[in-house]
Amino acid sequence: MTNTGAYTYLDYAASTPLDPRVLDAMRPYFLDHFGNASSIHRLGQVAEAAISEAREVISALLGGEECQLIFTSGGTESDNLALRGIIDAWTSPGLPRILTTPVEHSAVLGTARHLADQGRCALDLLPVDRYGMVAPDDVRRAIRKDTALVSVIYANNEVGTINPIQEIGQICREMGIPFHTDAVQAAAHLPINIHDENIDLLSLGAHKFYGPKGVGALFVNHRLRLTAQISGGKQEMGMRAGSSPTPLIVGLAEALKISRLDLTSRNSNFAEMRGWLIDQVLQKVDRAVLTGHPVFRLPNHASFAFQQVDGSRLLMLLDARGFACSSGSACKVGTPAPSEVLTSMGFTKDWALGGLRVTVGKDTRDDDLERFAAVLPELINAARRSD
Amino acid sequence: MRAVVAMSGGVDSSVAAALMVKAGYEVIGVMLRLWNQTNKEDENRCCTPEAVAMARRVAARLGIPFHVLDARLTFYKNIVESFIDEYSQGLTPNPCIRCNQRIRWGFLLDQARAMGADVFVTGHYARVDLQDGHPVLRKGIDPTKDQSYVLAGLSQQQLAFTLLPVGDYTKAQIRQIAAEQNFEVASRPDSQDLCFLGSQDYREFIASFQPDSPGFSPGKIVDLAGNILGDHEGLIHYTIGQRKGIKVSAAQPYYVIRKDYSSNQLVVGQIEHAGIHSFMLDSLNWLGRQAPQEVPGLTAMVRYRSKELPVRSLTPQQAGLWRTELEYSQAGIAPGQLCVFYKGDQVMGSGRILRV
Repeated sequence: MTNTGAYTYLDYAASTPLDPRVLDAMRPYFLDHFGNASSIHRLGQVAEAAISEAREVISALLGGEECQLIFTSGGTESDNLALRGIIDAWTSPGLPRILTTPVEHSAVLGTARHLADQGRCALDLLPVDRYGMVAPDDVRRAIRKDTALVSVIYANNEVGTINPIQEIGQICREMGIPFHTDAVQAAAHLPINIHDENIDLLSLGAHKFYGPKGVGALFVNHRLRLTAQISGGKQEMGMRAGSSPTPLIVGLAEALKISRLDLTSRNSNFAEMRGWLIDQVLQKVDRAVLTGHPVFRLPNHASFAFQQVDGSRLLMLLDARGFACSSGSACKVGTPAPSEVLTSMGFTKDWALGGLRVTVGKDTRDDDLERFAAVLPELINAARRSD
Repeated sequence: MRAVVAMSGGVDSSVAAALMVKAGYEVIGVMLRLWNQTNKEDENRCCTPEAVAMARRVAARLGIPFHVLDARLTFYKNIVESFIDEYSQGLTPNPCIRCNQRIRWGFLLDQARAMGADVFVTGHYARVDLQDGHPVLRKGIDPTKDQSYVLAGLSQQQLAFTLLPVGDYTKAQIRQIAAEQNFEVASRPDSQDLCFLGSQDYREFIASFQPDSPGFSPGKIVDLAGNILGDHEGLIHYTIGQRKGIKVSAAQPYYVIRKDYSSNQLVVGQIEHAGIHSFMLDSLNWLGRQAPQEVPGLTAMVRYRSKELPVRSLTPQQAGLWRTELEYSQAGIAPGQLCVFYKGDQVMGSGRILRV
């Protein structure tokens, strides 16, 4: 945009700017070490070494040494590979079942529904509470002997609620069911340990933690058998054909490494800022509620529902007044639908059309939020549906 | 200075946005998502997915933000419902005028203000100048494209916030600018049809909402003396001034003169009786600081894009009504339509034709 003056980005859950240090780490692999990692020659060897170094770094940072790490194009591809790969590898008699939640990212829920629609699996949805949280006991009760996969989102993108992943993983482990978690949001903020938390499959994407877009990863426990979804060359041990994007993989590792270094200090700063914002919004705006769990939520994440507000219109007004935010019901063509996540948490349409997500990041300053809190009540009034 | 431009994906509003960018404004493009019948989701001609995509591309080329607003519910309640109601009352409504008053310069203008706009811009062929701080609405300079009629229902307050950059150009010049900007905008043919009808006939549309609307009951065709000449198929099927389709045999053709809903009679007459000399107006909207004091030079347009008619007199009546007398009688003056008064290229005001 050529004409935007002061503009404040408060949508770090949607994407983040690339960290300049990550760009520095990637640059040589665009320009100098551009060889194909599958090639025999020394340029290929340099690329291959960088990729295996990245693989080790990422596995160590996330406690995933017992897993195979498959590089993908991002979180969505990782989720697809986890679900489709498990279902396609199902060999027991009868239809496999996927047990998941209504508050998954569409990469999981859309894939599960697609598989179910095609008659390739049956779909069971766990209940969630009013914060969008899954209860481990419900997982235990819902698992059947033909459950092929349990998939529960680590931290919800729309309302920020963090699920009790370790307990759910424990139950799945005890019952011998593979457990997948979409950690695309969580990996940016939480000190995830795949081993300690009993996770069998974990999806992540680099651009949520100041890494490049177009790269992600799926961890797969070595005990599991998955069917590859992209065929061709033998890259990623045959699990994901296609020339490896060396610079992106290097960028993913570097971004994750940097994000682990300042995790604690950054998180307490984020939590303080968003806590202040939540208080301000609930004080200053009528008919407003916090969505998602008040405590067990991503540290940088504030989300609200406003009664009788057109969430898309609110986002437009915020954009015009210099703030980038998002919502679960937003629509770019003017036909918003109630947020499915809010609806499954028990919100009526009157509220579920009026969601707002504000997520802070490393460049957010206190006065950004002060200006935001000052302008928000007026814009919510303008976005209230009077009809 | 910030300008919010109502964009449609068409050439005129795209050029309007380009002209505002060129004039140094900080421009934001907006588009309304209007109502259409369920299962005809993409049929509202004003805002098809193609039109949205087109406007989005133009905005991207201009480097301006662009947003689509959901106005479906407010459009339905304010425009579609009253369209159906007015037809049932025997009027011939002009929903575009009402949409400009209530939706574009109502709902959307309010949003533009909340967006911090200093000015609201559309791609209409008309002009707004300020004279001593008061807005003056004028015809666009291209006489074949003038759209001041559809804006004549706007208040001074609404006009004072409005800029119409396209009105200073001819259509040919606007096309030229669009070509220079490399806009691949839609060249949709101009249409008199209503956006929310899609391909549907308005009578079919009303029947689908109000099958028992009084306009659908058959009745008698009478002449001006009250003699019964035949049967009509429901008054909604006829328009004032219509000649064809009146199934009465006579040496001279009959014209529809009046639709009398109280007796459900279709009043017809021959050509010499079809003309109307005077009519009553309500909902007057004078755009000067007061009603025009002098009638000489005053003309009236009684239907969009019809010929301007010289006005003989303009007299206030009780209850806010005004009586208009024309110099010559005119056929086809329909209650419900807007009568717009001009002096030269200046719009003096407007009123709704009430009865003739």
